[in-house]
Amino acid sequence: MRYAGEKKFNIWVAMALGILGLFLIFVVYPLVLILYKSVLSEDGSFSLAYFGKFFARKYYWNTLINSFKVTIVSTLLAAVLGLVMAYVLRSVRIRGSKYLNILIVMSYLSPPFIGAYAWIQLLGRNGFITKILNNLFHVKLNGIYGFAGIVLVFSLQSFPLVYMYISGALKNLDNSLNEAAESLGCSAMQRVLQVIVPLVMPTMLASSLLVFMRVFSDFGTPMLIGEGYKTFPVLMYSQFMGEVSTDDHFAAALCVIIIGITLLLFFFQRYLGNRYTYSMTALKPMEAEKCTGLKNVLSHLFVYLVVLVAILPQLTVIFTSFLATGGGSVYTGGFSLDNYRNTLFSKNNNGAIFNTYLFGLCAIAVVVVLGILISYLTVRKKSILTNILDTVTMFPYIIPGSVLGISFLYAFNTKPFLLSGTALIIIISLSIRRMPYTIRSSTAIIGQISPSVEEAAISLGCSETKSFAKITVPMMMSGVLSGAIMSWITLISELSSSIILYTSKTQTLTVAIYAEVIRSNFGNAAAYSTILTLTSILSLLLFFKLTGSNDISI
Amino acid sequence: MGVAISIENAVKRFGKDTIINGLSLDIKPGEFFTLLGPSGCGKTTLLRMIIGFNSIEGGEIKVDQKVINNIPTNKRNMGMVFQNYAIFPHMSVKDNVAFGLKNRKVPASQIEAQVDEILKIVKIDHLKNRMPAKLSGGQQQRVALARAIVIHPEVLLMDEPLSNLDAKLRVEMRNAIKRIQQQIGITTVYVTHDQEEALAVSDRIAVMNGGVIQQIDTPKNIYQRPANLFVSTFIGLSNILSGIALVKNGETSIQIQDYSVPMEHVSQDVKDGQNIKVSIRPEEFIINQADGDGIPATVKSSVFLGITTHYFVTLANGQEIEVIQNSDIWDIIPDGSNIRLAVQPQKINVYTEDGNRNLVVRRDQV
Repeated sequence: MRYAGEKKFNIWVAMALGILGLFLIFVVYPLVLILYKSVLSEDGSFSLAYFGKFFARKYYWNTLINSFKVTIVSTLLAAVLGLVMAYVLRSVRIRGSKYLNILIVMSYLSPPFIGAYAWIQLLGRNGFITKILNNLFHVKLNGIYGFAGIVLVFSLQSFPLVYMYISGALKNLDNSLNEAAESLGCSAMQRVLQVIVPLVMPTMLASSLLVFMRVFSDFGTPMLIGEGYKTFPVLMYSQFMGEVSTDDHFAAALCVIIIGITLLLFFFQRYLGNRYTYSMTALKPMEAEKCTGLKNVLSHLFVYLVVLVAILPQLTVIFTSFLATGGGSVYTGGFSLDNYRNTLFSKNNNGAIFNTYLFGLCAIAVVVVLGILISYLTVRKKSILTNILDTVTMFPYIIPGSVLGISFLYAFNTKPFLLSGTALIIIISLSIRRMPYTIRSSTAIIGQISPSVEEAAISLGCSETKSFAKITVPMMMSGVLSGAIMSWITLISELSSSIILYTSKTQTLTVAIYAEVIRSNFGNAAAYSTILTLTSILSLLLFFKLTGSNDISI
Repeated sequence: MGVAISIENAVKRFGKDTIINGLSLDIKPGEFFTLLGPSGCGKTTLLRMIIGFNSIEGGEIKVDQKVINNIPTNKRNMGMVFQNYAIFPHMSVKDNVAFGLKNRKVPASQIEAQVDEILKIVKIDHLKNRMPAKLSGGQQQRVALARAIVIHPEVLLMDEPLSNLDAKLRVEMRNAIKRIQQQIGITTVYVTHDQEEALAVSDRIAVMNGGVIQQIDTPKNIYQRPANLFVSTFIGLSNILSGIALVKNGETSIQIQDYSVPMEHVSQDVKDGQNIKVSIRPEEFIINQADGDGIPATVKSSVFLGITTHYFVTLANGQEIEVIQNSDIWDIIPDGSNIRLAVQPQKINVYTEDGNRNLVVRRDQV
């Protein structure tokens, strides 16, 4: 649609072109470069040898099988756990459910690899629980590593996501549907299976796919707790960063393979999303009923147990951060604040905390500004150009963090785009990783603002740009800000691209934690983790305060 | 006094679809002019062309003889009231109303006075500092109206402003709108699909269908002398019967089945034996006894509504017809009764067989 007297080339077109240019440089160009490298043999001719190498040796292709195994099992477990938790908490009145809800969200917000490292402290070879069990039963348990360990960490870390989505869907489910089923002769169990589960199924599928993509491309967890059980992202990381036998072209080929897989998943999700959606708005939402007797006890027991296990890694980390160590992985017994002294005030802490805040805030600023502009352009200024913009800006959604990191190093290692080693490259990569989510939520916010509000401003004498600035942006702001806080929490726990792009000067908290864990400086790692957790908790409280609700969407 | 608007051969295309193809109309200064039609007839599109939210692909729109085709909306000095009011939710009532004045760089002292004055006119001066979320639908409507007219626009445009209100408030608000419009004498273009609303507020109505104007006239003429069958059936209820025109010795009468009635003021070019369509509103029938004059019919059912009684009757050829009579003290005619239906010839309308032309010459055009 065109307003009267509107020029063909106006400020909106210019802006769309500018943003598109940025995405071409920082998303499309690195991706194309990876694709190009993956099919380029050493003598400079076209070759599929690197893909051949991957599929020829079991050592390589088995990592893909391993990845699928842990991802599928963890996703299934997370989905079931999330569904049951959401249903119980929505239908049975549980004491302190409001706080449980926050704990569940908290357990999701910390990076998975911290869960892995905490579980090693509990169930590892010298783990706290392992030792107790070994002494108690005079056995020699060797700790939970490999497949079981990865699945444990991933499913506990991911079920909150499914939980949050399904809980939201159940809130929109009108209780009259339940009552109608009951009046038609359904028993309680039948109602759950025939009415509720089918209605939340689309939500469950959508959230499970999110879990799948997240778990599939996560590399920190299998790296720490996998030991001999090598997954695909671990292979990719070691091919690129490893101390021996790194092979750029082979790593590029691996990147292409994983992008192919996430791309397929993305289309699968789109297909499901278009096909199975019910739009529901509840006039009378389901209410948690007070139960009595065995049902009440079992429900409480179940919910509290799950939440406890989910939050246990965080508790472990916070607890161990106050333990005295002999400067390594051995706890000497007794409490001390040495870990904080070593991390916060030592000369060689590399400014990890400062960096995390600085990079995170800069990235949030970039993401919010671009997110508002892009969503405005694609919703209100529909054209071929903004359609292209819409597609291109969604690209990062399918790029795993480590691939983004690797492609950035390939692309920005030389002039004219010499960025590697700078803070800028980390800020850009963080912004890009978060961009699709911000654009989506901003698009939803704009969709709820009637175009006539802007038109009213224009009819009252505003120019289009002025009405955007004075009317649309302020109207979007509260929604965008609460989205920005969630982005912030996600960004400060980002590891997979930062671990590839960092230098000693641009270390972030997650990188520092990872490095300390690898060096077995568990005390320092715990202190860093606690600082990270504290930041997340405070941000989350701010979010609740700002939105006045307990509902979270990521 | 307001300005005159003249639209000449206006064309609107969205992509390859032509929504409006060569539409012309003239709106007089200070007139309350309504665009009325079913949804999708192009009335809102036309309104948005007048204010500039839609570009014009052909023809001209003039305000006081000045072509405004390429003037952007914010330079047109037109006020608009939107269907959903489009109140700025983050501004108080006062700030909403003052918004346009600030854009016009009116001094702050004058803004205050003008806002107060207009809020009094729309009778919400006591809500000055409220936020929109705390206003009822009717109050928001008044804010929207105040905001649009406080800038002293040359033209006031309203896009179905009452459709989100409940029935009682709708009547109250349309009277308020009419009163305020007359008070400030501004040229007003009003879009609605509600015919009763259009009849109640308008000086003149343009009935539109499929992007084409069917008739432009006063509410009375639109109802009583619809220009064609579309208008006749769209405005109010009309029973359409097939008949024949009879011309004998310069006297014209119409014949429906075996009933014939003389008609005055029928167009000169009607030929004897010409097929016609007769449009009769339910209240234009006279019910006679079975042995009286009229078209034979059988009462199928009836509904008593107090002032009037509605009869659903079937003609001999199976056609179903609605008849409305003032309720009188005698008994309601029982279902199954055979009756005859005569018509009031001065009220009914006669059309060519294709329904495109009214053959009755209006009294003011004789």
